[in-house]
Formats: sequence, structure tokens, C-alpha cells
Amino acid sequence: MTGANTAINLSVFGIFVLLTLYIVYRASTRNVSASDYYAAGSSFTGTQNGIALSGDFLSAASFLGISGAIAVNGYDGFMYSIGWVVAWLIGLMLISERLRNTGRFTMGDVMAFRMRQRPVRAAAANATLVISIFYMIAQMAGAGGLMALLLDVHSKVGQAIIIAVVGIVMVLYVLVGGMKGTTWVQIIKAVMLILCVSLMTIFLIGKFGFDFSAMLDRATQKSPLGEAVLSPGVKYGASGLSKIDFISLALALLLGTASLPHVLMRFYTVPNAREARRSVVWATWMVAIFYSCTLVIGFGAMALVGTDKITGAPGGENSAAPLLAFQVGGTVLLGIVCAVAFATILAVVAGLTLTASASFAHDVYANVIKHGEADPRDEVRVARITAVCVGVLAIAGGIAANGQNVAFLVALAFALAASANLPTLLYSMFWKRFNTRGTLWSMYGGLTSCVLLIAFSPAISGSKSSVFPDADFAFFPLSNPGIVAIPLSFLAGFLGTILSKEPADPAKQAEMEVRGLTGIGSGLR
Amino acid sequence: MTKALPSVSRPATPGFATFAEPHHSLLIDGDGEPDFGAIQTNEEFLALKRRVTRFILPATLLFLTWYVTFVLLSAYAADFMRTPLFGTVNVGLTMGFLQIVTTIVITMAYARYSKRRLDPQVEKVRALAETDEELA
Repeated sequence: MTGANTAINLSVFGIFVLLTLYIVYRASTRNVSASDYYAAGSSFTGTQNGIALSGDFLSAASFLGISGAIAVNGYDGFMYSIGWVVAWLIGLMLISERLRNTGRFTMGDVMAFRMRQRPVRAAAANATLVISIFYMIAQMAGAGGLMALLLDVHSKVGQAIIIAVVGIVMVLYVLVGGMKGTTWVQIIKAVMLILCVSLMTIFLIGKFGFDFSAMLDRATQKSPLGEAVLSPGVKYGASGLSKIDFISLALALLLGTASLPHVLMRFYTVPNAREARRSVVWATWMVAIFYSCTLVIGFGAMALVGTDKITGAPGGENSAAPLLAFQVGGTVLLGIVCAVAFATILAVVAGLTLTASASFAHDVYANVIKHGEADPRDEVRVARITAVCVGVLAIAGGIAANGQNVAFLVALAFALAASANLPTLLYSMFWKRFNTRGTLWSMYGGLTSCVLLIAFSPAISGSKSSVFPDADFAFFPLSNPGIVAIPLSFLAGFLGTILSKEPADPAKQAEMEVRGLTGIGSGLR
Repeated sequence: MTKALPSVSRPATPGFATFAEPHHSLLIDGDGEPDFGAIQTNEEFLALKRRVTRFILPATLLFLTWYVTFVLLSAYAADFMRTPLFGTVNVGLTMGFLQIVTTIVITMAYARYSKRRLDPQVEKVRALAETDEELA
């Protein structure tokens, strides 16, 4: 990587930022009401929203992390791809349409629909903030780590400055553009990302005479693991415990996707349930194409660049895709891949900031503090202030976590989302007796057990790759807590409900069920 | 929280077939709001629920079983997954790719089923609780 490279990367990046800021500015001239700020006035079509949805979902962890994980661990890295594709079926069939029909802006709307409003909304906002900040820190940490490779910035101070710049630009997107601006950024980014990845895939597979088997053959020769990379067990096959860790990861990937607050919020930017369904169909196609391509790119990087060179590069595993781009397309393709990676981080973090700020302003400020009688303008003002605070937190967290493993941190956020949100969403939609206590037990039970298990896992202490390698308080042996925390949260919701004397409100349950399936009473057509 | 429907119900206008249905008034309460309790036990709504369940339940069980099988085989039957199928492509990689294919197939099947079997039934139920909001 030379100085000329950095100049190209910087200018491609700069052009992208200026262009998107201009579009955000143009898209947001009448961005005043709460509905405009949170849900873009529900004005996007299913197709547009579906592309934006995939854009929200395909983070830097997906692009750089997954292709890197495949390039180094082969089959075990491929597991991420599969989990993240199959997971969309839950969003499609169980969540999206009902959520669009029952809620307005946040997931708290749906969870509190037939419960006591204030405690449930506060719980929903807490879960949203914790999950979003976790996810955001992972993205920001990734931004810092990547800079080492992409912009040739090696000092910690230089990387910290870049993390801060990324943070400031994304807060600008959210403040200026609201949901509409952020959605357009997602659409542009998603199209760029898919184009980039599919062209690279076609090119790579063409290089091996359109013979995937020949490519794998070459890859096994370039990997120190040989044939073993093509079969399971490289990373997770060592012991009985690591196999359970693998299953735990698979579970978190499957159940976390449709419970991520920023993905849930995207179902509100369309006018009705039919368009919400179309969004998910589009997003599923985009995501399926994308992850099929990561398979080729991952093994392609293994074949053409070589595992040793990837793990030895400044960005480690995360540098597989950029190194491959440099190998096949020289500086120009590297510049494009860098720009796409930057765009991905910017857009995803902007989406997360918006979700966190909406959740605080709509659930906590408007409904808990102001008892549902806040002036919409004040609500939007509070949301904007929250966006700035969340941005500052994310920058600080990102600088602190700089250098950590991105895809791994993101998988933890998935475990958090799956254990805090999914049981509550499913129970409140499909279980008549579910009540306020069940909701609170399930959400707080899932969230706290998950956070505690992470804190006492090998991810935090006790091994060479943990955050505190010198201390050892890892009582919990698994690095992903999903397999324990998710069932625990389902159980807590069940016990809370049957142990509570407070019966569920049958009228509200009827309203939620009818409205969820048909949209009657929601005012949506 | 959202009060999208007008609070006063106007008399049904002739010419709108759905308004002439004899049982439609049962599903609107005195304030012109939809009577959710009555809709919930209405035959048309129950039919919609049955149609939703008939697709979603088997489809969900199918893809969950298929995914869990794949994960368990990867964890505990690595030798089987290692069996070569086409050149260097083995059973595990093929099954993994098939997971993506089945996801697309179920997605498209659901989209088609919703359009043909669910959306028309949703319209029927909605018509039962329709006030004259379009005329307002």
C-alpha cells in the first residue's frame, strides 16, 4: 500500500461523503414532523425499503468480517453467511407485517400495545439502547481497524481521529436527513455494495474458468490447513464445548436478525403491511445474493492472496476482501472497495443512531416522562439531542474498542437482541395470556443474563484474544451466550406471566390480533 | 393512540355492496370504532387466521428443522459433511448453499401464497369493519 493509494482512497471516500450529504440535504427539506423524522412519513415503496433494509443489515462485519472469516477458517466462517440468510424467514413470516400493522415508530409501540405502557416502553428503550450501542461500537471499532490497512494510518491517534470523523459525519446524516435521508444513504450504499461484490465474484470465478471446484482446489493448496478448510471443525471442532459454542452462535444468528431494533424500525418506513412484506422479499434476495458471493470472495481470497498473507496484514482477517481487490484490480479496485466499506460503516452507524434516538425520544421522553402528551416538535428535538449524545458515546466506545474482532462483537449484539426482544415479540403476538410482568421478566431477564454471561465469558477475560488478557474471571465457558440466554428469556416470560395475578387485557389482545393480521384500526391502507 | 377512524358512523350509502351486508353493523361499536372482540370471533377472520397458520406453521417448522439439522451435522458429523460430491465440493458446502436456495424458495412461496390466499381474505375482513372513511 503506497501513498498514491491513500490519495485515491481518500478522494473516493470524500466524493461519496459529499454526494450523500447533498442527497440527504435534498431529501429532507420538509423534515419536521415526528413521522417524517422517525419513519420518513412511511413514504418509501416496498422495493426501495427492501434495498435499504438489506443496506441496514449488511454491515462492515458482513462484508469484511465474513469474507475474512471464510478466507481464514473456510467452512466455519461460512456458517455466518447461512445463519444470516435463513434468519430473514422469521422476519418475513412472523414479524414484519404484524409489526407494521400494530406499531408506529419503534419496537416499544408493539411490545407495549396490550401491556401497561410506561414500564414496558422503558424496558424496550433500554434494550434498544444497549443493543444499538453494542452494535455501533463494533462498527466503529471496525472503522478504526480498517483504516490501518485502507488509508495507511498506523498510529492509534490517527485511527482515533478517523473514528471521530466517521462518528461526526453519521450524526450529520441523522440530524440533517432524519429517516428519509438515512434511507437514501442506505439505498445508495446497498446498491454499491451488491454491485461491487457481484462483479468481483463473476470476475473471480471467471479466473478459474467458471469452475468453483478448481477454485477450492487452489484454495486448499494455499491454506496451511489444507483440505480441512472445506469441512466443519477448523474453528469450533476442537472439543465438546467448542461445538456447543458453534451451536450457540448459529442460534444467535438465526434468532437475532429479526429482533434487531434498527431492522425492526425499517418496517415502519413503508405505508402498509403489503409493502412491508415486499421489503422483506427484496431484502432476502439481496442478502442471499450477497452472502453467496462472500463464499466465492472468501475462498477466492484464500486461493489468490493466501491465508498467511491475510492474517499477517495490518487489519488481520478483516483485510481479506481489500487485499483480494488489490490483487485482482490494483489500486482502482482497492479504492472502490475501500469506499464501499466506508460507506457501509457510515450508513449502518447512521441507522443505529437514528433508532437509538427514536427509541429514547418516543418511548422514554414522549410516553414515560410526558405520559404520551409531548409536543411532536419537542419529541423530534429530544431525538436530535439524543442522536448527538449517542454519537459521542459511540465515538468514545469505538476508540476504546479499536482493534477488537468486529464480526465477533456483532455476533454478541445478535445474541443480545435475540434474548431481549424476540421472546417478547413472539409472545405478545401469539400468546393470549402474556401480560406486563411476563414482558418485563422476559426483556430484563434476557438482557441482563446475556450481558452478565458476556462479561464472564472468555471474550472479556482469560484468553489471549480477550479484552483483558491479563485478568481471568471467565466463569462462563462459551464465547457466545445465545444458547443459554435465549431459552432463559423465553422461560422468564412464561414464568412471569403465569406467576402474575394480573390477567391479560382481552380487549387489547383482540385489538392487537385483529389489527396485526388485517390492519383494521391502524389507519393504514 | 392512533385514531384514524372517524368517531361518528354515517348511515351506509347505497351502491356500496359491502355496506349492505347485514352483519356489518355488528362489527362497528356505538362510536363507529371497529369492535375488535366481535371481529376476532367472526367467521371470516377465523378463516383468515386458519389460512395464515396453514402456511406459516409448516413452513416455519420446515426451515427450522432443516437449519438445525445442518448445524448439528456440521458440529457432530464432520466426516459425513466432508464426503466429496462434485470435485472438491463436499456435502457440507452443498447443504450450506442449499440452505440459501430453500430460503429463497420459501420466501417466494410465501409471497405468492399471501397475494393469492391472504390478501383477498384480509380485504373481506376489512370490508366487514369498514366505516365510510373514504366518503368522509
